[in-house]
Amino acid sequence: MSDPNGLIQPGRTAPGFTLPATPDGDLLGPEQFRGRPVVLAFYPADWSPVCGDQMSLYQSAAPVFAQYQAVVLGVSVDSIWSHRAFAESRGIEFPLLADFEPKGEVARRYGAYMPNGEAARALVVLDPAGKVTWSYLSPPDVNPGADGIFDALDQLAADRKVMAG
Amino acid sequence: MSTPLQVTARLRDPVTTDDHIRGPADAAVTIVEYGDFQCQFCGAAYPNLHELLRQRADTVRLVYRYFPIANVHPYAERAAETAEAAGVRGRFWEMHDWLYEHQDQLDPVHLSLGVEQVGLPPDELNAEVENRAHADRVRRDFVGGIRSGVNGTPTLFVNGIRHDGGYDLPDLLTAADAAANA
Repeated sequence: MSDPNGLIQPGRTAPGFTLPATPDGDLLGPEQFRGRPVVLAFYPADWSPVCGDQMSLYQSAAPVFAQYQAVVLGVSVDSIWSHRAFAESRGIEFPLLADFEPKGEVARRYGAYMPNGEAARALVVLDPAGKVTWSYLSPPDVNPGADGIFDALDQLAADRKVMAG
Repeated sequence: MSTPLQVTARLRDPVTTDDHIRGPADAAVTIVEYGDFQCQFCGAAYPNLHELLRQRADTVRLVYRYFPIANVHPYAERAAETAEAAGVRGRFWEMHDWLYEHQDQLDPVHLSLGVEQVGLPPDELNAEVENRAHADRVRRDFVGGIRSGVNGTPTLFVNGIRHDGGYDLPDLLTAADAAANA
């Protein structure tokens, strides 16, 4: 970890950012999705087999994310061109953001950057107001699945119900 | 510096009589597999699971649940729904075995031949699959899996705890024997 404090922790306001999401230069970031939960899935690299499984898995779980109106954003230090080819080969339709230049800047701000120059395999769930509600750092070679994300989204939904009631 | 938090994923949907189960009802070890019929790793695990059940016929039973990763495997969902259509006719495992033994023949034309080989009426099953008659069941398995920490295919739960080891026969025997003696 280059950030001595490690992965961003619940309760903190998520650092704002936008990153290229398409080869056309379209920029995307969590602030564009205020009012909805946002899942930031940092991952080391396109194409490595574990990553492929993790991002493919999140795509296959898209209907479940939709039930929570949650937005999933994948983030790695790969270029938009790599992202595009990777997304096409795995049928990934949610945005993969290129934390490419300055390299890893967003990952660093979230405490999710590794000394080897890749993003860590880290999950960060933001509430609809943009505050971190859950974060999880997985060993780079372990696909963390999605159960922790959905537990966090359940908790968010329950909290909102209490506030509304 | 935060250390990676290791969480052991656990099966959240208990095994019920609605499940597809192979092996003795009173087995000491229940292995729940979340699988995708078009996944090569599931295909590689298939003969090993078969052999495990043969060698531990008194102690191990296998439960199969659907986990099609449709964006990567275009035939996986249809294969799962076809297996379920066979399942409602009491032929789940015959269809399951055919699918894993013919993973390069899952396109609709060959799949129909497979249904016929299993001894079921292809047109009838095709119609059900076209109407998505079994889509809910497949989806239910999938959602239960993702909530339980399925992180790819195959994912096995051995007596409710995710098996993070390999799928070779020795790995499976070791995991099953450890669970039996726990």
